[in-house]
Amino acid sequence: MIYLQIFFSYLKIGFFGFGGGYAMLSLIQNEIVEQRGWLTATQFADIVAISQITPGPIAINSATYIGYTVAGLGGSVVATFAVCLPSLTLMLLLTLFFLRHRENRVIQSVMKAVTPIVVGMIASAALLLMFPRSGENENFTDIWSWLLFAACLYGSYRKVNPILMILLSAAAGVVIYAIAPMIQ
Amino acid sequence: MLLQLFTTFFKIGLFCFGGGFAMIPLIEREVIERWQWINRKDFLDMLVLAQSTPGPVAVNTAVFVGYKTAGVVGAIAATLGTVLPSFIVILVVAMFFAEVRDNRYVDAAFRAMRPAVVALIIAPLVGLVRGSKWYMMAISAAVALLVWYCGLSPVYLIAAGVVVGLAIALYSYRKGVQQ
Repeated sequence: MIYLQIFFSYLKIGFFGFGGGYAMLSLIQNEIVEQRGWLTATQFADIVAISQITPGPIAINSATYIGYTVAGLGGSVVATFAVCLPSLTLMLLLTLFFLRHRENRVIQSVMKAVTPIVVGMIASAALLLMFPRSGENENFTDIWSWLLFAACLYGSYRKVNPILMILLSAAAGVVIYAIAPMIQ
Repeated sequence: MLLQLFTTFFKIGLFCFGGGFAMIPLIEREVIERWQWINRKDFLDMLVLAQSTPGPVAVNTAVFVGYKTAGVVGAIAATLGTVLPSFIVILVVAMFFAEVRDNRYVDAAFRAMRPAVVALIIAPLVGLVRGSKWYMMAISAAVALLVWYCGLSPVYLIAAGVVVGLAIALYSYRKGVQQ
């Protein structure tokens, strides 16, 4: 049952998805690319790029996209529903019982313990995109990708709009990889 | 009321590019200033809650505001509103992307977007790591290596983190009781 597989994969991603979008990337990567093999590392990188320039959280975007590629419209509905379900139930419960939340020591303590793990997960998401564990490495194979990488890192440091940086990189890519080889 | 919740969060979902934190000013304007569904103090509580609960921050926010405003049905209406814009946009992209993916210009653009994406992921790490203790950084480095190099599922690591956090909370609570 492909629908059940999609449902449980994204339920897991939603349930363990602490620390927002970038931390969830490593969960999604591990589940979808490494364990299920529904996408290659390069396809996954493409989805991350698309997510950056389309509205909405990366978790939802990837759920809809992967659900659709794996099992059509039904798959995308199942995946998107599954990734939201833990948020919906946990947030409702917490809102009901822990409204005085800032004073809640337990949640603070859990957050403090989870933070360094979340940082490591974000780093691993980046590393997996740079040097995938499985399949052919199609990223960072030439000097141009390192230059673009350095430029965008500097851009982030100077608080340039991320969407603008992605679009400029795309334009640079068309010139470097498509138009320049034609001229030569 | 439900329709207002739905349309407001639809708007937030539609204009929320690049993840949770980018949309906080927009939520503030719509939810606190325009509709006055919640006050500023609740908003701050909500931000802490939304970040410490698993799942996308946008969805967590929608659940909180929706519930406070119109109960469980409100939470569902707001969540649907947040999710639908990205769902529709990505569905359209997914339907047509496969056909254009092999086009040489599209391929060239994506080849260059990949390093840009990696840079955007790495950039916030500097801020997160700055000021943290050496053993925190050591844990982060170990996690990164285990997930990236050994292919360990982050699920176990997160679960371990939650257990440790709960144990510390229990320990300090016991110590507090004894004193």
